[in-house]
Amino acid sequence: MSTFHLTSRFHFRLTFWKGVFFILLALGLYSTFVRFFYGLGSATNLSDNFPWGLWIGFDVLCGVGLAAGGFTLAAIVYIFNIHKFKPIVRPAILTAFLGYLMVIIAIFFDLGRPYRIWHPIIMWNPHSVMFEVGWCVMLYTTVLALEFSPVVLEKLRWNKFLNIIRSFIIPLVILGVILSTLHQSSLGSLYLIVPEKLYPLWYSPLLPVLFFISAVAVGFAMVIFESFLSARAFNKRLEKSLVAELARVIVFVLSLYAILKLQDFARRDTWAYLFIPRTETYFFWTEILLGVVIPIFLLAIPKIRSNERTLFISVLMVILGFIMNRLNVAITGMESYARANYFPSWMEISVTLMIVALGFAAFRLAVKYLPIFEKSTEVAIPSSRPIKIRKVEKYQLQKPHITN
Amino acid sequence: MGYGFLFDTTLCIGCESCMEACQETNQLPDKASHELSALRYTVVKNKTIADEDIYYRKMCMHCEDPTCQSVCPVGAFEKTPEGPVIYHENRCMGCRYCIMACPFDVPKFEWHKALPLVRKCNMCYPRLKEGKITACAEACPTGATLFGQRDELIQIAQERIRKNKDKYHPYIYGLSEAGGTSVLIISSVSLSELDFKMNNFQEPLSKFTWQVMKEIPNVVTFGGVFLFGLSWIINRRIKLQEISVDTDNDGAHEKEKKE
Repeated sequence: MSTFHLTSRFHFRLTFWKGVFFILLALGLYSTFVRFFYGLGSATNLSDNFPWGLWIGFDVLCGVGLAAGGFTLAAIVYIFNIHKFKPIVRPAILTAFLGYLMVIIAIFFDLGRPYRIWHPIIMWNPHSVMFEVGWCVMLYTTVLALEFSPVVLEKLRWNKFLNIIRSFIIPLVILGVILSTLHQSSLGSLYLIVPEKLYPLWYSPLLPVLFFISAVAVGFAMVIFESFLSARAFNKRLEKSLVAELARVIVFVLSLYAILKLQDFARRDTWAYLFIPRTETYFFWTEILLGVVIPIFLLAIPKIRSNERTLFISVLMVILGFIMNRLNVAITGMESYARANYFPSWMEISVTLMIVALGFAAFRLAVKYLPIFEKSTEVAIPSSRPIKIRKVEKYQLQKPHITN
Repeated sequence: MGYGFLFDTTLCIGCESCMEACQETNQLPDKASHELSALRYTVVKNKTIADEDIYYRKMCMHCEDPTCQSVCPVGAFEKTPEGPVIYHENRCMGCRYCIMACPFDVPKFEWHKALPLVRKCNMCYPRLKEGKITACAEACPTGATLFGQRDELIQIAQERIRKNKDKYHPYIYGLSEAGGTSVLIISSVSLSELDFKMNNFQEPLSKFTWQVMKEIPNVVTFGGVFLFGLSWIINRRIKLQEISVDTDNDGAHEKEKKE
């Protein structure tokens, strides 16, 4: 009997996606070996002319940006107290937490001497943006771990710790919002130091602000995107009204981004660059149309927001446009100065794919074994309540249960 | 003010003695490629302009306000009072932001080592400590590379330009480029023709980031107070809302009594 139970419990079935996962893992591990034993030069196409490539451009810049849903949703639920978004705050925080862990793994690959990653803790240089980035990664990952810990503590039923964390949740979320703001913008600030190297379509004194706003937009897009995927993969009900509402916020944030971008072009008077027939121009137009202009118009239409299919396509466009923007800043925009014709080597790509695959696998496991998606009974909070302004009598405030 | 170089392209004959001396002093291989790299800290380049062969050197400019020093997250670069910008290799974690940011593209990386470091000219800092001058200046047979106090070198350069107005292009490169460099260059042609950066380049690059970095304490304190206030106000509103709206005074009093 017991043997039968054991075998059936650990029965392994190879599905298509599991196969893909193991192939990516194998290729990635080979590249890992080459990178750590023979150096960055052997594994990557990086050079002195092109020191930062795919791992910074995709794994770090996109990874951090795509994790932005964690702090925006946490702010909505815990600071703005809009409780109807509570059902999707946990998956968002999980995504952010895993995203940051993936970023840290990527940094280990990219640093020349990864075992010195702790150096910024004791060797300070407050003038350096990279110093800020390092501290933000460390602190925000800690905050995310704490924000996520209730999920694990619930599972383990360690109610004592759970109560402690819960009483600290608002200061924790506020700290997370501040650190995220600093971190998202500082990734843009990294490129402020290369005014003559980064192509004028992307270089701007506003880079930190632009990075922050686009990250907020893509954070919401990612939350919607993963709600769809989770709904499909785990047979959960899609919170339709919630995602449609978030989509409306995306329209607003993207419009803000577009306005800022226009202002920036006007201030620097770089309109001419928009029409020079060269690779950068085409990449820029693709990025802006795909990630900003078309989604604004699509998502502004209620019919498209409320239809699952069209909503999914629209947020996918936002995400792809965002990824393209970060890759353009990190790679396309640097090519003409460097004259290095950088394109990532297959080993760089395989490491990136391996890290992404690990992220997906970790997400799957977490959803399977931890209470990530709360029961739908808890969703039954009325969706919106009009705020009524009225006179409050003094005795009403003195009621014992209204203490703050 | 510190030491510096004066490089005069009109005196350079392209013998490459400075390169050889540099390789020897820094124990680098002779056969390294003819470009700046982790195996070569200075290189003599050649360009023909108007039938005139012009030789010039590429090396670390030892900026007065170095970009590498400002960007390094662990403070591995240091502008010493003596003039050289030196590199503390036991601090470096290999993020390569210095390579990315340097406006002169000087720091180079050991790409094919498992435990790489950044390499660049350190103005023979150990030799300076011993009271010697740099190896390249010592090896130069014509005085094209002159080593000395930066103030004095500026005077020498100004005098040379004043005395030979036909021979020199009247510009001292390095006086204010990137906020001023310890390496000064004078030439018969404009340095922009030798691929040296000239335009919009008169201030230290670190100011671009400092404009943003100096706001961090403001963002943190403002953000903290703003968000706490926001959550406090909203929480309070929601609590007030929980008092039922249509209870008149009597009803409320009754409820209070019950409790």
